[in-house]
Amino acid sequence: MFVFRLDTHSGVPPYLQLVQQVRQAVLLGFLQPGDRLPLIREVVEDLAINPNTVAKAYRQMEQENLVTGRPGQGTFVNELQSAAMSSSTYTSLGRGLATWLRRAYAAGLDEQAVNALFTSVHQQTRNEDVA
Amino acid sequence: MTATEFALRTDGVGKRYRKGWALRDCTLALPAGGVIALVGPNGAGKTTLLRLVVGLLAPSTGTVEVLGHDVTASTPQTLSRVGFLAQDHPLYKRFTVAEMLRFGRACNLRFDQGLAERRLAQLGIPLDRRAGTLSGGQQAQVALALALAKRPDLLVLDEPVASLDPLARHEFLQVLMGAVAEGGVTVLFSSHVVHELERVCDHLVVLNNGRVTLTGDIDTLLAEHRLLVGPRTANDLDGAVAVVEAVHSDRHTTLLVRDGAIPAAPGWQARPVALEDLVLAYLRRPSEPSAVVTSGVPA
Repeated sequence: MFVFRLDTHSGVPPYLQLVQQVRQAVLLGFLQPGDRLPLIREVVEDLAINPNTVAKAYRQMEQENLVTGRPGQGTFVNELQSAAMSSSTYTSLGRGLATWLRRAYAAGLDEQAVNALFTSVHQQTRNEDVA
Repeated sequence: MTATEFALRTDGVGKRYRKGWALRDCTLALPAGGVIALVGPNGAGKTTLLRLVVGLLAPSTGTVEVLGHDVTASTPQTLSRVGFLAQDHPLYKRFTVAEMLRFGRACNLRFDQGLAERRLAQLGIPLDRRAGTLSGGQQAQVALALALAKRPDLLVLDEPVASLDPLARHEFLQVLMGAVAEGGVTVLFSSHVVHELERVCDHLVVLNNGRVTLTGDIDTLLAEHRLLVGPRTANDLDGAVAVVEAVHSDRHTTLLVRDGAIPAAPGWQARPVALEDLVLAYLRRPSEPSAVVTSGVPA
């Protein structure tokens, strides 16, 4: 059964953390189509988390077509949408990023510097795309 | 159960003790079915507000409406729908757990003793132990089991986890959140511990110096606030955006803004703000009567 985690210091809202974890697990193949997610009740008692938060996360996942809730049975992982990233794209982007990271570390950047650089460039790119 | 949209409404509530006002102009509308955190430093008026809600105190001004009923005129029937867990989880120390349950049954119109016994059995708390010999965490669990056995529609808890160690705190919140998951109960609790709030609450009330300075749905509040980081500015961008807090260092300025667009100037970055930082910023603000910020509550 899938186990959720919660990082209280990430600044990411808890419901979004749950959604992201499922999205990521589906992408990486840890969750496969037809797998059942834990019941809201089970997540609540495991993480000591507000049930409304878990319900909100599950609603969001249904809206994104990540999962389907079947009344009385549970919530099940869907087939990946065709629009979703193919595994070959995923692998090649991952490789590209790994190459870039090695260059960054070789240039003397540490993890924090890498994160700061990524955030700053990411933000810039997004702003340019909007403008 | 009646379909009350709001579990709690207060209108212009104030409470005056001999030494002065403990609470002023408190107007709130808190939705049913949620988990609401009441946050503020010691002496902010949290306990006073909670005691007004459960009818242990009468307001000096204004009205308090709980589950659709004026609490000052409340009948035993209304009060039987409200559970209250006072600070430090008071139990009769020389009573055994079983005797505490009998006491609860005798004093309440509604009391689900089977539910309480099941919960305590799950936690491995023996019924024949005297309450005073249990650990702090176990005492808190017994008090919570008693309060939940009333099957309250509104459960009010005053600093329920303040005195507990991290493990006992987690276990307490697991049981409390499990009760919310079963449905039907609105939880209002006070706390001065701001981290961990985000995982258990969906609604927030910040109280400072006897006044409400921020209230609203947590996701809405977080979406409405942004941290802007940019080069040090001479002015505070006062006119452009609602600045909650401005922190300047030699070369750059960090602004916590509400409803603000990102300043057009290059070099500025907008970041989401963590709940803890948001609460702290509002607590640091000098309280002004006009500065109440409300969000996520339909008028």
